[in-house]
Amino acid sequence: MIEFVIFVVIGAAAIGGALAVVFAKNPVYAALGLLGTLFSLGVFYVVNLAHLVAAVHVIVYAGAVLTLFLFVIMMIGVDKDEDTSETLRFHRPLVAGLAGITLLVGGALAFGGRFDWVPTASGQENPPNGTVEALAGRLFTDWVLAFEVTALLLTIAAAGAIALAYFRRAEPVE
Amino acid sequence: MIEVTSGWYMTLAAVLFSIGLLGILVRRNALIMFMCVELMLNAVNLTFVAAGRALGSLEGQVSVFFVLVVAAAEVVVGLAIIVAIFRRRESASVDELSELRG
Repeated sequence: MIEFVIFVVIGAAAIGGALAVVFAKNPVYAALGLLGTLFSLGVFYVVNLAHLVAAVHVIVYAGAVLTLFLFVIMMIGVDKDEDTSETLRFHRPLVAGLAGITLLVGGALAFGGRFDWVPTASGQENPPNGTVEALAGRLFTDWVLAFEVTALLLTIAAAGAIALAYFRRAEPVE
Repeated sequence: MIEVTSGWYMTLAAVLFSIGLLGILVRRNALIMFMCVELMLNAVNLTFVAAGRALGSLEGQVSVFFVLVVAAAEVVVGLAIIVAIFRRRESASVDELSELRG
């Protein structure tokens, strides 16, 4: 019962935040809506016993990604009005049609299947507990190669960001 | 008593993913489109965690870990590109970025 209440309340917050991202005029409000959605997802991770993932998620997203977003928003200015007129002729009706089809099919699948996804799933009696110890046990044994490649990816991303955004003077010094 | 199964989380994740996709399709500001990409990535993360719980496996949570890292790297590089473009064009609207045409 408590999980149902959490699902409804936090789920509404997540969807509201997501809608704010799409429909907010001001990019700062969009960023704050994204923050609300991300915190809601953190709550869902805890409910689903993914404790370490929830902590890392909040630290990485609220701590690093959203801060970076707000930095860039402040840097390039928030007072510019966005031109919302559409240059492609059939774009808007196409989007509306796709959204309608998605809602219909998704709703039919969700309610027709009565939310049963894996009927023979064994997890309900033996749910995985995502503690630091358990996750590290998987991460540093079977997934160690992916882990190392991840380190390489982060190094390359940092170097690439510096190469892209580093401000060079146009005129040579000497 | 209503039991919240993994299908509920799947449905919520699908809704969040669709909202993110809608944002990509209707917004013109590169920054907002970027936030919508983050939204879609996080919707997929929620399916990983919910599926991992339903299947009794930790692999779902491990996958979330790697998606998180890829998303962080993607944000760093993407925002650097947006800043570089803005410095050149004084605009973050993707409609005006037709100079990448070959």
